[in-house]
Amino acid sequence: MATLQSQDIVRRSATTFTPPAARHQIKVAKLIDVSKCIGCKACQAACLEWNNLREDVGVNVGQYQNPHDLTANSWTLMRFTEWVNPETDNLEWLIRKDGCMHCEDPGCLKACPSPGAIVQYSNGIVDFVSENCIGCGYCIKGCPFNIPRISKADSKAYKCTLCVDRVSVGQAPACAKSCPTQAIVFGTKEAMLEHAAGRVTDLKSRGYKNAGIYDPPGVGGTHVMYVLHHADKPQIYASLPNNPAISPIVGLWKGTVKYAGMAALGLMAVFGFMHHVVAGPNEVTEEDEENAKKLKDAAE
Amino acid sequence: MTNGWNDIKNTDLVVIMGGNAAEAHPCGFKWVTEAKAHRGAKLVVVDPRFTRSAAVADYYAPIRQGTDIAFLMGVINYCIQNEKVQWDYVKAFTNASYIVKEGFEYSDGLFTGYDESRRDYNRSTWDYEFGADGFAVVDETLQNPRCVWNLLKKHVATYTPEMVERICGTPKDKFVAVAKMIAETSAKDKVMTSMYALGWTQHSKGSQNIRGMAMLQLILGNIGVRGGGMNALRGHSNIQGLTDIGLMSNLIPGYLTLPTEREADINAYMSTRGFRPQRPGQMSFWQNYKKFFVSFQKSMWGAAATKDNDFAYDYLPKLDVPAYDVLRAFDLMHQGKMNGYFCQGFNPLLSFPNKRKLTAALSKLKFLVVFDPLETETARFWENHGEFNDVNPASIQTEVFQLPTTCFAEDEGSLTNSSRWIQWHWPAAEPPGEAKTDIWIMAQLHLKLKAMYRKDGGKFPDPIVNLHWPYRLPNDPQPEEIARELNGYVVENVPDPNDATKLVLERGKQIPTFGVLRDDGSTACGCWIYAGIYTEAGNMMARRGTADPGDTGAYSQWAFSWPANRRILYNRASADINGKPWDESRKLIWWNGTNWGGFDIPDIAPTAKPQDVGPFIMNPEGVSRLFTRGMMRDGPFPVHYEPFESPIANPIAPKVRGNPVARVFRGDMEQFGDSKEFPYAATSYRLTEHFHFWTKHVWVNAVLQPEFFVEISEELAKEKKIASGGWVRVWSKRGSVKAKAVVTKRIRPLVCDGKTVHIVGIPIHWGFTGAAKKGFGANMLTPFVGDANIETPEYKAFLVDVEPIAGAQV
Repeated sequence: MATLQSQDIVRRSATTFTPPAARHQIKVAKLIDVSKCIGCKACQAACLEWNNLREDVGVNVGQYQNPHDLTANSWTLMRFTEWVNPETDNLEWLIRKDGCMHCEDPGCLKACPSPGAIVQYSNGIVDFVSENCIGCGYCIKGCPFNIPRISKADSKAYKCTLCVDRVSVGQAPACAKSCPTQAIVFGTKEAMLEHAAGRVTDLKSRGYKNAGIYDPPGVGGTHVMYVLHHADKPQIYASLPNNPAISPIVGLWKGTVKYAGMAALGLMAVFGFMHHVVAGPNEVTEEDEENAKKLKDAAE
Repeated sequence: MTNGWNDIKNTDLVVIMGGNAAEAHPCGFKWVTEAKAHRGAKLVVVDPRFTRSAAVADYYAPIRQGTDIAFLMGVINYCIQNEKVQWDYVKAFTNASYIVKEGFEYSDGLFTGYDESRRDYNRSTWDYEFGADGFAVVDETLQNPRCVWNLLKKHVATYTPEMVERICGTPKDKFVAVAKMIAETSAKDKVMTSMYALGWTQHSKGSQNIRGMAMLQLILGNIGVRGGGMNALRGHSNIQGLTDIGLMSNLIPGYLTLPTEREADINAYMSTRGFRPQRPGQMSFWQNYKKFFVSFQKSMWGAAATKDNDFAYDYLPKLDVPAYDVLRAFDLMHQGKMNGYFCQGFNPLLSFPNKRKLTAALSKLKFLVVFDPLETETARFWENHGEFNDVNPASIQTEVFQLPTTCFAEDEGSLTNSSRWIQWHWPAAEPPGEAKTDIWIMAQLHLKLKAMYRKDGGKFPDPIVNLHWPYRLPNDPQPEEIARELNGYVVENVPDPNDATKLVLERGKQIPTFGVLRDDGSTACGCWIYAGIYTEAGNMMARRGTADPGDTGAYSQWAFSWPANRRILYNRASADINGKPWDESRKLIWWNGTNWGGFDIPDIAPTAKPQDVGPFIMNPEGVSRLFTRGMMRDGPFPVHYEPFESPIANPIAPKVRGNPVARVFRGDMEQFGDSKEFPYAATSYRLTEHFHFWTKHVWVNAVLQPEFFVEISEELAKEKKIASGGWVRVWSKRGSVKAKAVVTKRIRPLVCDGKTVHIVGIPIHWGFTGAAKKGFGANMLTPFVGDANIETPEYKAFLVDVEPIAGAQV
């Protein structure tokens, strides 16, 4: 969305220079209390409406979850899991609002090869800047939570912006604003951690001895956190990763492989030039033209 | 609600039974969250399905649909057996000590006086013993075997935990766990709130479901107190307003009743509405009935309502049947006895039972007028939509007029919420196209009819030509003008009897409260309980004060709460017999030695001595009723009756099918299925993603829940080889639907009376117009029978069969 200015940017994808980040904003966070969530999907509706997104009317495939997965238009999604607690034999209906976690150490940003397509602001929000996106999909590979989606319409990646346009003018994200039970709350990261601690105490008093906060250290903590009744088992909440971390491939990619790749590219350029010198320019034959025309007609 | 939404935050225990607040009332449900956060309150959910409410509950117990009375009577029995009774409350504020007439008995599921041929009771024995002084006889020691308490004790003794398990399918340990949590609130410093909705009303014994919980709440001392009460969660933003204003065929505004044809004059009408106190010194507030009634007549017919014509009593229609409820209206239509139908803000083709019968009925009309902001199925009942509405338009001669109306966000007016708060609202948008307000449309209709009757006369044109129509622009009455009329105003000066130079009431002024209404024609009031909404001080509904002294959640300066801006009904019962609050941390009003005061408007007269005047001022007894005399058609105590379509025979009365006094029209009994042919117990319900049949017209909501489905257990899916997400056919004796199957752990088979009962859940939101995928209405399947007292259809419990199918037209 990029409604914040360059002076708020602390990280920029595929860029060696450090942005000035002259304005230091306070770190923010959204807290999603899974134990208070009733799965009403008001957050999903608010997200579609605030961001003016057009999702397709789908079909029912045997579950409450609609759409069935995150899409380039659905940046948040209630994921419903029917889990039988082996300790009590009671059913628990675990409803988790899925979406971008806004990692302090964002894997998407690290993996992104396009300069300035992914930025992080000093308040912690990780944002996609569409005009710089080349649609390569590396952000998806870099994300430990499998969040970004590529749009079929414009081949660019999309995900939750944490309503950076609202946050930058002092408003809470649309999802938090719409949540009827205040299962979604928004504020400074510090305040959210404090609020979460109170919730954990309440849950423990109600018999959830493993209640806790999900703020995974493997990605440097997140600016979207959960309160979970069973914080010892994040994976029961529709495969929330136990210990998310940026894939080692991203590190490799941005380190050794990157330089090896650049060397390979250089060699290719040299080879191309030498080929041109030795063999002359490539000529397009009539047969090539014919095939191209057939392909074009078929496509139309 | 006896209490209000905000007050739920004051409770210790929330029981959601007969409703699904998180699912159907997500915004109000936030108060449950508040109670949990600030009071450490617990939430208990009792439902056939593990619902969205259950997802955030502290305890969940399953129950078979249509067996709530057995469960509730079981809890009452548990409380009595375990001495979990708020005795001071029960003795002082209920009719536990009243002696019931000799002759009243109960056996085999029936009370004294049943006449099977009429499907009705002679209720003459269902009453108190009255003394020579005209007052009810009481035994404060509760020793008399015929006192209400002992009769109740005997009545509920049948409902042991074992019997509850046998009828309801609720495992005994789960039932006892719930009963125990509820029973703890009999302590004076513990309170429970009951949140219920259509899960209790939509049964052939819906009124008795609610009575069952009301009785339990009285035994626990939870009525009239903060955080307690019987809280009906109303389904539309203004459905409370609908009943308040008397939009029922047998009511006039403020819960006054229309005369019957046996009441030919006002004296006959008033003879059964005098409400003489049945105990000494009681307020028996309905003694003021005539003041409210005459003021209503003055509001309707102005100068044409005079003392000489009994305030235009003859202008009122006289009922020849108990009520022309929607089921009766459609039955008459089906018989060809009703020619025209005005359908205003209502989509009966989806919201009333047995769609096939409804379609046949609408096809017999000469004309149908639909007022609606949306393209409803009812307006298009004649249009062929393939299997979703398989009709032949050429064979339907009904002329349909569709009048587009404004939506609530496009006009000004008031909405009355479940808390009885009447809140003013302003338009947020311009209406599209030719849409007009309902008021404007009604005004044009009235003025045209009035002109025709004036010109041509008729058998009895008086009620129409004399209708009081004082609006500044006759063809465009404004909402504020109507609000002022509902509030009431002074018609004639009323001098002060002590000082003739002064006036008690001044002609033309708005009245301040219903307390000043008179039965001599000097006041007019459209709806007595709404008196106070628009006074000389202005529009009270538009108030937005946020002060809340005592942090009670009452917010007395926010809008207006009927009656008299009272936030909690029967609030005198929040204090003991001497006027001292039961619980200091929940004090509401109290007696200071000379008068009542506190955080709410007292229910009783401010100087009424606490020992003398009972809190239940609307009852002639001054106390609440554990035994309800002859006021309900199906008995003074609730009895467990099976639904008309039930998977098992009634374990406590095997010979009784359904509610023995529920009205069944000719031809409909034959359309009830039995469990041999239709083995599964079905229930219908709402989903959070949709609001009735409106939001399927909205793109975003259609995205969130796009397609009609039914829910079944993994066990039934396995038995019938049904895949989750696959197509199924579901059919009852009345119709058949195709749907996607959602196979879930949230529905489990129950064992009732030794038999495995599978439950089929059917959400209601789809039809053949709108943005969502076309789908079938649940009312293709539901039976055409209603509650014995108020005729709410039995949507929550019926029988179906299910089979997998290959696919369906999409």
